[in-house]
Amino acid sequence: MSKTHVTTTINGEPVEFLCDTSQTVLDVLRDQLGLTGSKEGCGSGDCGACSIIVDGRLVCGCLMLGAEAEGCRIETIEGMAAGDHLHPLQKRFVEMAALQCGICTPGFLVASKALLDRNPNPTETEVRYWLAGNLCRCTGYDKIIRAVMDVAAELRETAR
Amino acid sequence: MSARTYKWIGTRPNRPDGADKVTGRARFGADFNMPGQLVGKVLRSPHAHALIKSIDTSAAEKLAGVKAVVTAKDFPEQENITVPAGEMQVNLRDVTRNIMAREKVLYDGHAVAAVAATTEAVAKEALALIKVEYEILPHVIDVEAAMKDGAPILHDHLRTEGVEPKPTKATNIAKRIDFAKGDVAAGFRKAEVVVERKFTTQPVHQGYIEPHAALASASEDGQVQVWSTTQGHFQVRGFCSRLLNIETSQIRVTPSEIGGGFGGKTVVYLEPVAIRLSQKSGKPVKMVMTREEVFRASGPTSAGVVEVKIGATRDGRIVAAECMVALQAGAFPGSPVGPACMCSFACYDIDDIKVVGYDVVSNRPKVAAYRAPGAPISCWGVESAIDELAIELGMDPIELRLKNAAKQGTKTHYGPTFNRIGFVETLEAAKSSPHYQTPVKRGFHRGVAAGFWFNVGADSSAAAHVGEDGTVTVISGNPDIGGSRASLAMMAAEELGVDYEKVRPVIADTSSIGFNFVTGGSRVTFATGLAVVNAVKEVVRELKIRAAKIWEVEPEAVVWENGMAKPASTNVGEFEPLSLSQLAAMAGKTGGPINGHAQLNAQGAGPGFGVHIVDLAVDHDTGIVTIDRYTAVQDVGTAIHPSYVEGQMQGGAVQGIGWALNEEYIYNAKGKLDNPGFLDYRIPVASDLPMIETVIVEVPNPSHPYGVRGVGEVPIVPPMAAVGNAIARATGIRFLDLPMSPPRVSAAIDAARPKMAAE
Repeated sequence: MSKTHVTTTINGEPVEFLCDTSQTVLDVLRDQLGLTGSKEGCGSGDCGACSIIVDGRLVCGCLMLGAEAEGCRIETIEGMAAGDHLHPLQKRFVEMAALQCGICTPGFLVASKALLDRNPNPTETEVRYWLAGNLCRCTGYDKIIRAVMDVAAELRETAR
Repeated sequence: MSARTYKWIGTRPNRPDGADKVTGRARFGADFNMPGQLVGKVLRSPHAHALIKSIDTSAAEKLAGVKAVVTAKDFPEQENITVPAGEMQVNLRDVTRNIMAREKVLYDGHAVAAVAATTEAVAKEALALIKVEYEILPHVIDVEAAMKDGAPILHDHLRTEGVEPKPTKATNIAKRIDFAKGDVAAGFRKAEVVVERKFTTQPVHQGYIEPHAALASASEDGQVQVWSTTQGHFQVRGFCSRLLNIETSQIRVTPSEIGGGFGGKTVVYLEPVAIRLSQKSGKPVKMVMTREEVFRASGPTSAGVVEVKIGATRDGRIVAAECMVALQAGAFPGSPVGPACMCSFACYDIDDIKVVGYDVVSNRPKVAAYRAPGAPISCWGVESAIDELAIELGMDPIELRLKNAAKQGTKTHYGPTFNRIGFVETLEAAKSSPHYQTPVKRGFHRGVAAGFWFNVGADSSAAAHVGEDGTVTVISGNPDIGGSRASLAMMAAEELGVDYEKVRPVIADTSSIGFNFVTGGSRVTFATGLAVVNAVKEVVRELKIRAAKIWEVEPEAVVWENGMAKPASTNVGEFEPLSLSQLAAMAGKTGGPINGHAQLNAQGAGPGFGVHIVDLAVDHDTGIVTIDRYTAVQDVGTAIHPSYVEGQMQGGAVQGIGWALNEEYIYNAKGKLDNPGFLDYRIPVASDLPMIETVIVEVPNPSHPYGVRGVGEVPIVPPMAAVGNAIARATGIRFLDLPMSPPRVSAAIDAARPKMAAE
């Protein structure tokens, strides 16, 4: 089976890859490009551990084919920190113990960033519904929601 | 124990692995790779119960890209002996049959064969080429059906243990256990009020977000390396050693970061298969389960039947209690029926108690430990019955529990007499909590329930190495499943009197540190913490010797305070204190490297008690239950890192809410699991829940230098009954069967409507 040549941008860097038509973006990221920060928890779009941002839109990497990434701008957890500076969400997740085992954390961070990028002032209910596609089995979500709300307030403060 | 002031204990520093885990750098099970690795996949049974007449792997072996195929023939037969694994006992003869079916398949998803191939696509194609001839047998799924005479028998050799005279007929009841205290018949004669009910639960899965994954590389000289996601890499080594007849020293297991376990990653599924495939192919083999495989072939916990009878006098004193617990173990014996029986009435000081338990096999995946294994099932029944008793007596549910609470000196029905415990303090804290002190909102109803877990000690090893600049590496052997690196480093920093940042905790592979029992039983901060403290004490002892050498005094004349060696008194002489970094820099001249080691079998794990309070509303048309407010109160001994203690309480509570309201394994008439995915097996999501309030109660455990009790398991015990008790108050209906999912709740309300209308 011939492979598809794909030209894309990942975390700001131009990237080319060859993929099978059946491969998902998640497969490509993890198995071909060595970007294992995005996790596969279910492979069916139910858990959100593979959350990535494609052209500004939050998607499950396991539900998008590699071939569909042609010409797209992809952001993954690996691109979230700026150099050695953690993104405020990353920083507050650590400070507020918003992770226990950490497997869902990349997905939650990417999804939370996608939320705050479009809604800098979400209510608790909005945060909870936005993140309802990301499963966490350890924390009961409490500290995650608090961290996201906290960062939203912090970012609003800096933006003023 | 008097209240002590600490520099680090009780603070909330950043966890040492935090940055790695928020950047995607941390490597979990599926993130390990080796050059030239093959992909391993498992062929699984489509039947609930069938004889394997033949397996033909020849076509698969001939497929280009296939490098090895294994079936049960590739694994040596095992003795019928029982060894500890996780918090449960397992039989090796059964374990080898669970990782690869032999004579029979015993559940939908049971492994039958496995292949290693150059790509996943080839491996999947090869699985389709394996021909298995089955003779389908009648199956049995439910625990009570499996106990009946004439039920399909899973194991012809199985006879009920614990029954006299020893039965001669094959059965699905593997074991009967009995616990008694006092004379329960006499106790019930004193009762003025008796509540008697039969409760059931369905199997629920641990639901860790990370599927099982393992990478094995077997060398030609017999050495084996394994990377896997596990709660116990020493248990992986032990199982693989026994199942494959490889000496333990030849196997080196490196634990990955672990993406949740909750007990479900204390056993092996993939590791021995990956090793065998690697041995046969001569290449490293990586295996990762799909989510469907996780549901069909790993975990879950038992389904159960709990018959409870509780008798009390009118003034609210419980005089007698009786309970029968039958737990389904899955395809092989070994449900957590023991702890289920022991935890049942452990919260209460009752003179006359009788508890009987049955361990029952049926055609479901072999159960694995799940957070306080067994306790949530029996306590669902007991705590619901206690609530009914409170209603019957017109008593406040916390007052009723306070009146009967176990305390120091209470003799349990399973044997031990409690040392210092904090159940009364926990109930008092619940009573005075902001939640309980606030009236229930209009349209909502409140439920309360309690829970107990023993907590576990067991084997731990640890080392502390002082670097040449005076920073310290603390080495232990328990995978960090929820922040234990932080708590271990904090205890080491406290003991040494140095900054937390000067201590770097590391989790070593099986060849780099002594034996450690699993991360489970809420034991790591307690038992491995104790080992770390002892290893650091040894470092301190050595540091004092070095200072004494420099000052030319006796080591006894030196004390260690705030990270420095000081003369014990002015009599010793006038010496400037020596810091850890100064002593480390001079180590070469004073006797060489400064390290400490400790190994122990930790005794005296302090039992933990929790009380949960929930306010909820029931939609009488849809049966949907909405939780408005939830509070978890728990005696944790001492909270080393309160954020992670709260996290355990919140996470356990929410798993319990899922167990109460949604989660269940659904089998069709053919015994196939109908909901092996997160869409149909619905665990709680963020929008289902409110914030989970926590109240930390600290009654220090006298058996730990910092008073630690285990924390992680207690919080999954009370939620089911707390939710059920609130629903009972909201609807007037006592729910007896879990989950209290919308269809069941609305059906029960509909059924009760004519009756209510008639009244």
